[in-house]
Amino acid sequence: MELMFDILSWIFLLGGSFFCLTGAVGLLRFPEFFSRIHAASLTDTLGASLILIGLMLQAGWKLALPKLILILVFSLLAGTTASHAMAKAALKSGLRPLDQEEGRRKRERQED
Amino acid sequence: MRHTLALSILLSAFWLVNSGHYTPLLLFFMLASVAAIVSLSRYMDVVDGEAQPLNITFTLPIYLFWLAKEVVLANIVVATRVWQGKESISPRTIEVTASQKTDLGKVIYANSITLTPGTVSIDLEGDTIIVHALDEQSAAGLLTGEMDRRVRRVAG
Amino acid sequence: MFALAALTLLAVMGLALIRAFLGPTLYDRILAVNIFGTKTVLLIAVMDFLGGRPDFLDIAIVYALINFISIIGVLRFFEYAEKKTAEQAE
Repeated sequence: MELMFDILSWIFLLGGSFFCLTGAVGLLRFPEFFSRIHAASLTDTLGASLILIGLMLQAGWKLALPKLILILVFSLLAGTTASHAMAKAALKSGLRPLDQEEGRRKRERQED
Repeated sequence: MRHTLALSILLSAFWLVNSGHYTPLLLFFMLASVAAIVSLSRYMDVVDGEAQPLNITFTLPIYLFWLAKEVVLANIVVATRVWQGKESISPRTIEVTASQKTDLGKVIYANSITLTPGTVSIDLEGDTIIVHALDEQSAAGLLTGEMDRRVRRVAG
Repeated sequence: MFALAALTLLAVMGLALIRAFLGPTLYDRILAVNIFGTKTVLLIAVMDFLGGRPDFLDIAIVYALINFISIIGVLRFFEYAEKKTAEQAE
């Protein structure tokens, strides 16, 4: 039983690390801000969840378990709110998503 | 009254989880601090159905299970896009209609959109949510309107 | 196993720092700093199990709260700052 929990938590920790790393690579690879938000939310949702669930399996029935659940719930709520706030602030400040920029360039070319 | 009780239970649980010391003196401090916070919240007039939406207590978990499944699937899609490189993505802005009547329903819907990787809700104007989607697949998944229907069932 | 997870998280934080230095816009930097903060929370939680110190989780909770509030605070600061410069330009 102990071994099964260990193996499960290893799988979860490995999976979480993989998704976090994928998100960070996406943060560097994607071309503009609004695409990068999606890569960031990758690390915030499944990456963080899998790592914390992997830790929960190791915690056992101690006080660490509800604390980890608390961290998980809070990081999910705060992650969505922060992404939304960043996207909205960026749009308000005049930063435009890529497809609109392409549309404008096309229109300008037609006017020329 | 129900909302006051729910807030007290929630705060007490939060205190008990974070403390770890259960001597009579500290438990008395817990009761005192919970009473202080609850009376402050009542004074600020934030103890009501908007801050403690009790009516969705039993319908929300079912929705959350479905949302968790959707989030995992969307994560796999976005992770594939990351490793395929930037030629595989086609960012686009779409507009979806939030058919929920209550503010709570709209907030749950917009937050669910943001929580799902591949789609971020940027702005909410009236009934229209402006969504930025990473590629066609993510946008199409949202435009089927299944999430909208399910949120409407949880919080009209 | 915990050491591997901790090392990966450190690598993720390093990549986020690269994005924070590269920019190019202000919001890219804020996004990278946000990622850095949330990964710090995870790193502290993993360190708790790595070193067997059960009080690290409390620090992780506090760090999560502070990180969220600081990101919102920075966003609001720049929102107002930009509004003000726009008004002055007019």
